[in-house]
Amino acid sequence: MPLPYYVSPEQMMQDKAEYAKKGIAKGRSIIAMEYTDGVLLTADNPSSSLHKISEVYDNIAFAGAGKYSEFENLRKAGIRHADLKGFMYSREDVTGRSLANAYSQSLGTIFSQEIKPLEVEILVVQVGVNHHPNEIYRISFDGSIIDEKNFSVIGGKAEAVQSILKDKTSTEPAALGPALALCVSALEQTANLKLSPEGLEVAILDRNRVGRKFRRLSVADIGRLLSG
Amino acid sequence: MKLPYLPDFDHSSFFDFLVRHHPSLVSGGEKSLSTGRAMSAGQMTSGAPLAVPHATTVLAVKYRDGVVIAGDRRATEGFQIADRRIEKVFKIDDWSAMAIAGAAGPCIEMAKLFQTELEHYEKLEGVPLSCEGKANKLGQMVKANLPLAFQGLIVMPLFAGYDVKRGEGRIFKYDLAGGRYEESDYHAIGSGGKDARNTMREHFRKNMAEADVLSLALMALYNAADDDVGTGGPDLVRGIYPTAKFVTAQGIIDVSDEKIRAVYDGLIATRRSREA
Repeated sequence: MPLPYYVSPEQMMQDKAEYAKKGIAKGRSIIAMEYTDGVLLTADNPSSSLHKISEVYDNIAFAGAGKYSEFENLRKAGIRHADLKGFMYSREDVTGRSLANAYSQSLGTIFSQEIKPLEVEILVVQVGVNHHPNEIYRISFDGSIIDEKNFSVIGGKAEAVQSILKDKTSTEPAALGPALALCVSALEQTANLKLSPEGLEVAILDRNRVGRKFRRLSVADIGRLLSG
Repeated sequence: MKLPYLPDFDHSSFFDFLVRHHPSLVSGGEKSLSTGRAMSAGQMTSGAPLAVPHATTVLAVKYRDGVVIAGDRRATEGFQIADRRIEKVFKIDDWSAMAIAGAAGPCIEMAKLFQTELEHYEKLEGVPLSCEGKANKLGQMVKANLPLAFQGLIVMPLFAGYDVKRGEGRIFKYDLAGGRYEESDYHAIGSGGKDARNTMREHFRKNMAEADVLSLALMALYNAADDDVGTGGPDLVRGIYPTAKFVTAQGIIDVSDEKIRAVYDGLIATRRSREA
């Protein structure tokens, strides 16, 4: 029988974290930003069919960075969780906070118990209605969860994008057009390339909509907002 | 290893998810299936009381821009009226609506489950189901309810959808075993269904205008209420009128109470003048 080799837990966690971080940094960034009527989600995504941003429930959206197959699984699990809760109780009982908690639990369990951690970073965003504030939760590969204000960045060169946005945003949210322009310029600066509307995936949670607040912006919509 | 909220499941159907992981939440889940099997053979074979879902008239008629779907408001318990304002026509998503006949509780539950089902699929797959796909899925749900139907809890839907690809409205009716049949022009179900169909047979034309098809649908409901005790007519004292929705390319449009009242005022005035 081969002798089980010993690795200190500290070393193991460190290795896992490094591995996950490397995977996530390979991708491109996604920004969630509050604007006057809700929350804007902008992703540098050249594919028009493989989405990084998705609707979860009436007021809630999801964005995932890192390995597609892994955050896609998390996205589906989130939608099931939300639909089940809405069906069992009522639509208003589905909250971003409970969803973010569930994600945190899952990611934390996988990080500590599996050999390979998930190489993902995700955002759970809820638009506030009836004068409630918006909620933005950033959840990392190890299940750590951070409640952010104004804006949040995941994936790719997240820290670089974050430092650009920090200087340019004020506490008062901007209108949709300027907010989108700001997000796009921050993504362009860190990626060092010009992003066309075709290379962007943009969606909003608009609190003025009735029922389901999530809407994807078409290439034409994005072009109009950026030129306007 | 057990993962919170990551169950071992990989389909896009919410209904199948419930059946597998939360069978107690769905009629047709494992528990109700077993009670269904426990039914006596006598009850299983005496199909007669099963044949007709009772105490309702709901109908759907095709017209130029899609389908109008309408229903009366009465719910009965034996010879008592249980509810005068019940809604039997449901918006399911932006291009489909359904009307129901049968036992109120399971009917409303099925409508709610079907709404969740279509929304769930759309969110997971990124595209909505086709009109045909929605109709088939509803058939499977009716089929799953068969054991409960043997115990008298019948759910009988009438489905109206706008087929975006074909650019036309479509009507589907069902049988208790989940059989799905497409109707080319109009259909009505429930205890007053036959009376409503008789009216529609006399007055239906292809490609009717919106105002004409609404009057036809409401007249068919009126005649059904006239001949069938289970169907409620317009309640002039309380101001309760049947409900109707248009299923069109622009979405599901609720017909306002005022519009329906205006049609009934005209209809009643005509009938009254005949009595004089």
